[in-house]
Amino acid sequence: MKKDEIPQDNGYLGKIAREVTYAIDEDGNYVTAQSTGWSVKEDANDVAWESFERQINEAKQKVINGEMSPVFYWMEKRMMDVGIVAQYMRIWKWSVKRHMKPSVFKTLSENKIRKYAEVFEISVEEFKNPFNNK
Amino acid sequence: MLKNLKTLLIINNRDLNSDFKHIQAAHCENGVTTSLLAHYGIHKITEPLAFGMGSGLFYVQLPFMKVNKGPAISFRTLPGAIFKRTCVALGVPVTRKKYTNRKKAMAELDERLVAGKPTACQVGVYYLTYFPKEYRFHFNAHNIIVVEKNGDNYVISDPVMEGLVTLSSYELERVRFAKGAFAPRGQMYYPGDNLTEAADEQLRNGIIRGIKRNCRDMLHIPGPIAGTDGIAYTGRQIKKWKTKLGDEKARMYLAQLVRMQEEIGTGGGGFRFIYGAFLQQAHQYLPLDELFDISKKFTLSGDKWRDAAIQASGIYKGRLSSQTDYNHMSDMLIEISDLEKTTFKQLNSMIKKVK
Repeated sequence: MKKDEIPQDNGYLGKIAREVTYAIDEDGNYVTAQSTGWSVKEDANDVAWESFERQINEAKQKVINGEMSPVFYWMEKRMMDVGIVAQYMRIWKWSVKRHMKPSVFKTLSENKIRKYAEVFEISVEEFKNPFNNK
Repeated sequence: MLKNLKTLLIINNRDLNSDFKHIQAAHCENGVTTSLLAHYGIHKITEPLAFGMGSGLFYVQLPFMKVNKGPAISFRTLPGAIFKRTCVALGVPVTRKKYTNRKKAMAELDERLVAGKPTACQVGVYYLTYFPKEYRFHFNAHNIIVVEKNGDNYVISDPVMEGLVTLSSYELERVRFAKGAFAPRGQMYYPGDNLTEAADEQLRNGIIRGIKRNCRDMLHIPGPIAGTDGIAYTGRQIKKWKTKLGDEKARMYLAQLVRMQEEIGTGGGGFRFIYGAFLQQAHQYLPLDELFDISKKFTLSGDKWRDAAIQASGIYKGRLSSQTDYNHMSDMLIEISDLEKTTFKQLNSMIKKVK
């Protein structure tokens, strides 16, 4: 890439910092210059976000339908997977999976509920009823 | 509004108590290595030299693993390796600590800061408050330097940022103990203090060793998934993605490939350019003119990675969607694989002749 070909598109990171980029000058020597972003990369990011949004919506529907507990919704909402939730909760993965069943969710202790709410950074109320008032 | 935010986030270097100099870099670990070594007395190391001596260029697609429900692809060597290898080459002692106790992790960091010793930490970016939301995924191999503590705030030198930023003690603890793959577990690391400037001979040896190790990683790892073979492996898979996964998922997979390739902290195309810069800078310590020729080939390869990203974006944006477009994308990666294999072989035979 030549120095004058460094893309200067609107990037998400470009809002707060221009990125250092290596490119060659007229004599073929490597130099550094800054880039505000590259649309190809930002589009890839958008696709990733769209797919996250889709998964969050699917999770929402499943919770509303009573197929899954709010643990599942908040996991998707926070872009986590079962492994990450289990690590933050300091419990086994299979426990997290069990807590995703609405029938098991009902029996969760106050303590567990509070811990989940903490991990997902929301109030206990919001954790238990994510779609009220919305 | 955004401009305000920016001035809030970025602290003027003059307000620092310490004489630490923030260095912006293309890749976080290169930046941390370069800044820390410079702070403790070694000024000859540049970002490209750290990257090359640390054998930072790599490729692997782990076949049974998924990251964010997409393919698990990495363009970088193991986290921490660049820092360690560069220091070892220069005879600099390295300390790296992991913690189970959060209080202890913060207390030991504070102790070093009180003594005026900036220290690097491995952190997760999901809770990194100064990053834009769009970049905050559960990715745990980011590297920052904690420069000093003012009250409850820590001054942070993040190589991706243009200037210094701050995190509260709560925020810093949270990113140091982020969970998930490569969980940092509070890791902090630093070189010894009062280092003596590196001798040219040390740099020369470090460069030779770094090149040899990188040739090994890209050419000689058995199996099809790693090194230059790994690039072709991904290429061959892309051909099947459309029918195997359906359009929607195939688009997501390609977007993930490009994100791994071009995003901050990783970088495929960008890494080739840094490696090209490394070979040019290496010439000062290892005067072989062939280095310039090989550097050009890495530039070419970086350009091809970027072209491939453009082709992929055509698909994930929905502009291209036929099997022919996937085949074309696939062929581009296979071509890159061939090119890099030839280039690394040339580099390998050049470096073998050096004594």
